[in-house]
Amino acid sequence: MTETQTRQLDTVAHAQEHPDVAQPWAELGLKSDEEAHLREILGRRPTSSELAMYSVMWSEHCSYKSSKVHLRRFGEQVTDAMRKHLMVGIGENAGVVDIGQGYAVTFKVESHNHPSYIEPYQGAATGVGGIVRDILSMGARPVAVMDALRFGPLEAPDTQRVLPGVVAGVGGYGNCLGLPNIGGETVFDPSYAGNPLVNALCVGVMRHEDIHLANASGTGNQIILYGATTGGDGIGGVSILASEAFDTQGSARRPSVQVGDPFMEKLLIECTLEVFAEHLVAGIQDLGGAGLSCATSELASAGDGGMHVWLDRVPLRDESLAPEEILMSESQERMMAVVEPAHVSRFLEICAKWDVDATVIGEVTDTGRLVIEWYGDTVVDVPPRTVASEGPVYERPFARPIWQDSLQAGDASTLPRPTTGEGLRATVLQLVASPNLCDKSWITNQYDRYVQGNTVLAQPEDAGILRVDEQSGLGIAVSTDCNGRFAKLDPFTGAQLALAESYRNVATAGARPLAVTDCLNFGSPEDPDVMWQFAEATRGLSQGCEALGIPVTGGNVSFYNQTGAEPILPTPVVGVLGVIDDVTRRTPIGFTTEGQQIYLLGTTRDELSGSEWAHVAHGHLGGLPPVVDLEMEAQLADLLINASRDGLIDAAHDLADGGLAQALVESCLRYDVGARVWLPDELDPFVALFSESTARVIVAVPRSEEVRFTDMCAARRFPHVRMGVTDGRGDDAVLEVQECFSVSLAELRAAWSATLPTAFDD
Amino acid sequence: MVTFPGSLDDGDARRAVGLAGAEAVALWHGDHDLRGVDAVILPGGFSYGDYLRSGAIARFAPVMAEVVAAARGGMPVLGICNGFQVLCESHLLPGALIRNHHRKFVCRDQRLKIENASTSWTHDYVTGEEVTLVLKNGEGAYVADLATLDRLEGEGLVVARYLGDDPNGSMRAIAGITTERGNVVGLMPHPEHAVDSLCGPGTGGLPFFTSVLQSLAASAPAASAGTPPPQGPPPLQGHSSGRELVL
Repeated sequence: MTETQTRQLDTVAHAQEHPDVAQPWAELGLKSDEEAHLREILGRRPTSSELAMYSVMWSEHCSYKSSKVHLRRFGEQVTDAMRKHLMVGIGENAGVVDIGQGYAVTFKVESHNHPSYIEPYQGAATGVGGIVRDILSMGARPVAVMDALRFGPLEAPDTQRVLPGVVAGVGGYGNCLGLPNIGGETVFDPSYAGNPLVNALCVGVMRHEDIHLANASGTGNQIILYGATTGGDGIGGVSILASEAFDTQGSARRPSVQVGDPFMEKLLIECTLEVFAEHLVAGIQDLGGAGLSCATSELASAGDGGMHVWLDRVPLRDESLAPEEILMSESQERMMAVVEPAHVSRFLEICAKWDVDATVIGEVTDTGRLVIEWYGDTVVDVPPRTVASEGPVYERPFARPIWQDSLQAGDASTLPRPTTGEGLRATVLQLVASPNLCDKSWITNQYDRYVQGNTVLAQPEDAGILRVDEQSGLGIAVSTDCNGRFAKLDPFTGAQLALAESYRNVATAGARPLAVTDCLNFGSPEDPDVMWQFAEATRGLSQGCEALGIPVTGGNVSFYNQTGAEPILPTPVVGVLGVIDDVTRRTPIGFTTEGQQIYLLGTTRDELSGSEWAHVAHGHLGGLPPVVDLEMEAQLADLLINASRDGLIDAAHDLADGGLAQALVESCLRYDVGARVWLPDELDPFVALFSESTARVIVAVPRSEEVRFTDMCAARRFPHVRMGVTDGRGDDAVLEVQECFSVSLAELRAAWSATLPTAFDD
Repeated sequence: MVTFPGSLDDGDARRAVGLAGAEAVALWHGDHDLRGVDAVILPGGFSYGDYLRSGAIARFAPVMAEVVAAARGGMPVLGICNGFQVLCESHLLPGALIRNHHRKFVCRDQRLKIENASTSWTHDYVTGEEVTLVLKNGEGAYVADLATLDRLEGEGLVVARYLGDDPNGSMRAIAGITTERGNVVGLMPHPEHAVDSLCGPGTGGLPFFTSVLQSLAASAPAASAGTPPPQGPPPLQGHSSGRELVL
């Protein structure tokens, strides 16, 4: 212990004796009424260590204080039908779903938006690391990751800085962990300039009996901190406390973005799975946001209610850290386990085998208090629930924005539309080359999609599919989606559209949707307009989940995504998990065989408001988003799953951004197989090609299965129309829209694949 | 199959060995013990995090002393990706692998031409055959001085070359090389990810694993009929050669 640390230590006794010390609670983000409430809880002023803990645990990020009242919907609307497959619901590190054959799957998506803006590589890398530890702490082996990314305009200088770093960070961390990246999305919009979104999803698989939960029960059980040492990285606002205690001795200059070490995380994964396998763990929690403050208070809250921690035992990589800083540090690659005394030595042995540092830093007590000591002095003595789960809850005011009506009134019907074959052809080429619709392999080729050898489908497929059991062929599918423009036009519908698309993607690949995770990215909750968007989106999403019979199992809220007064497009990213009994029956998006029948399933309406065409061709956003019909989505999903199982279709691709034209282009380019299509007579060719009506897919049906397939559609009264045939192969092949235009696959590929390399390769 | 801390594709290589009709045995980086193996695979990954230089730490692992000695004695050794980097760092193979010329990690299906079908690991190919494997690396650019390159070419020690556009900046498009005896092969692309068309681009990588079984059977026919190696597990049933490939 250094002299400085002794001199400046603010103990509980000191706080009692010196009640009137001025404290930087406002700088730490606490409101005056929150500070008053804190004094009420403790019956005195907080010590600086307690202030550090409460300030970060009561932050928006950790306490969900603005979102809680709205998120309750997700829990309240869980029906018996949803509960059928649900093993662990909202509230734990991640939800767990039963996929059959004794397997359980856990998955969750989380944001790491602000760190990724400040330091793109490390921000994105530690975003992956954090979500992987969440999945690991449920008892599961992490098996795949995905990333949903949003950036400002492609050509903006800041996008040039942020995107390559984020992509390298997602890849650098996930590749080094040996986790295949099986999909995701990358979207560009001016609203994300200065506020990119980095949402990382992880999926884990375990046996039913292996589920672990985060609680510290059993008085006398030992608290083991293991993994990386604790340093000054990730300390944000708390450096204000540090600067009080340390003059200018460096602490305040430390970076507030964490630095990742994927190799340590890989060891942590293998080591943790081994201690799980030997049943040495009574409770476990990963250290993420708010570090030790979060892990100690959450474990204690969920268990017998008491914990004693000797903070000076925490292994440090920087000996000058003060207790406040150690409590706040967000150093990566750390976990906390609750272990029965009899198992401690074996636990430490396994850690040693993997070269992972492990230290007993505390024990479970029955006092109902979280007590933290620093070299014999008590620096924290609080009821843990007041830190972890009984933080402030706000009913933030919200109101429909005054501009919402005029936004919805200015729809896309007045925009000039191409009417000639030549005009339609030019529009197809313009759209496929646009940043949101172009080939993303410049990004996805930086991610290892093959490692572990179980990746059945990955980008650019509609959903990623992983094999879970090599013998039975049991597998899972995951997709993430969100169209923020739709959500801006109508957040209720927009959230349901995100759900519908993700759900449809999973079913299109042949899997039955089971559960939902969400990452709700919004602007400032203190802005009633934003709060209304949030309230509407959660209402829409929860009702949508109820209609589809799949529960939200967990997720994350990210507020304050705005630069200045202008918030981002409301972006409720929805991830859907599905199960497929036999992965060999999966349906890929690409046409593989010539001479197959192309069918369009679903109903096309004149729905161009908020579309990719309106955005690209006119920079226009206005009107109402496409109609959502969840009953149709469910029928379509059931049809696709059965058609896949019965071998009636060889390819299927969902129609979303860019409409039919984009889907056809992607299905053709996947394996260089051309297509000759004709558009339905009753539709205007432009509408047929570019409308973004929902609950639609195209499928390729082998001639031998055509009668069975159409019989199936007819029996279910699902709208279906034969609209083409696969024809031609290789770069000589063409996409021909009869009586409109023809374009070679070579020309399409050139336009589609040049955009990102041109923007980012020097 | 050697597992270093940070090895990632060891499970995949184990699966490939199984598909080839043999059984893989795990070797731990910290052991001075090859457990009576007949051949060794160094799998892909990021051994020890690869923070210094890929493979630079792994070459000092206790097990590598045994691998180097065995390789010099003629045992078939295949280093894939990170394993190739370890073989170069161990000086079992000449040259080095440096950061891709475009400075990005690359993961893609990669066409290759098999240039030498006489090594322990490529018997089952035909020279000139084109195959598609998975390429995934950040430091995959093969480099060596001119004299070494000329010698490799002159003596037919280039095992495989990249076809199509340059994936990583390797000199003379070299994807894999071997030693004069043909028992040690280093390969940047991953054959173990091309053994099952469901989860990879076809089965073009499988012959790497069947080749070594053939060459072991051919080089020691007596062993297959006789007693198993003293330290090794019993021979694998059902494998045609009766010979166990211990990796």
